[in-house]
Amino acid sequence: MKSAVIVFPGSNCDRDMAVALELVTGRAPVMIWHRETELPDGLDIVAVPGGFSYGDYLRSGAMAAQSPVMRAVVRAAGRGVSVLGVCNGFQVLTEVGLLPGVLMRNAGINFVCRDVSLTVANSQSIFTSRYEQDELLSIPVAHHDGNYFADSATLDRLEGEGRVAFRYAERVNGSVHDIAGILNTEGNVLGMMPHPERMVEAAHGGTDGRRLFEGLVGTIFA
Amino acid sequence: MKTRVYVTLKNGVLDPQGKAIHHALEGLGFGGVNGVRQGKLIELDLDDTVADAAVEEMCRKLLANTVIENFRIERV
Repeated sequence: MKSAVIVFPGSNCDRDMAVALELVTGRAPVMIWHRETELPDGLDIVAVPGGFSYGDYLRSGAMAAQSPVMRAVVRAAGRGVSVLGVCNGFQVLTEVGLLPGVLMRNAGINFVCRDVSLTVANSQSIFTSRYEQDELLSIPVAHHDGNYFADSATLDRLEGEGRVAFRYAERVNGSVHDIAGILNTEGNVLGMMPHPERMVEAAHGGTDGRRLFEGLVGTIFA
Repeated sequence: MKTRVYVTLKNGVLDPQGKAIHHALEGLGFGGVNGVRQGKLIELDLDDTVADAAVEEMCRKLLANTVIENFRIERV
């Protein structure tokens, strides 16, 4: 099981992500700087972490999407490598085109930083197989731009294909259809605003995020 | 050559920042403000050789997110 965490200037959840991946995979992930043009061979999981890549200049995730390493991540996703984007990572994945839609400024303008209730909208994906369908989870969010938006045709497609992985079970940021996380068509790319890596040990106040990583590892090893 | 790119939210896309500005203007006592939409102005200093099509590509690839934003190019 080989994993990697992408590090941009301004990433700030890269080490939390590394701790979570090491905890579950038993092996420290490779940390990959944004200037790299290739990913190491044999990767199973690539995580694009939260933070404020390139200071969120222009739009959240817009500059990171143009970085050399993201071209390599797009190629890896095309080969079927599992890609997890959390928070700013989700924004980067939409900007680079691996996921549809966009994360806009939160309705209400506020930076939202607290534990939120989520429901598992699709428990059949490689990321969510350790959860029950419609299970209620508590996972923290910390974002200013988490207000998911896509045109109605895209939303119909996401809903029709079961590609909404997580939904907010409370009012958080104004996302259409309460979308908190979505999958790509092939199901090997997940972007989500809540931070599962911040809920992997009892000391975090809960372990609801841990099963996402365990499910991923379990599926890849299966 | 100076070129200006105006990036604005598409119609129908909620603009919470514009709304907040609107409320702030009302709070300051300005009447008659029916709506506020916030956008971006990006100024490019370009060689004369840069074609219009190239500027448009810059907008599509980076300057605007065409899922939610329109852009308008003004060559000064």
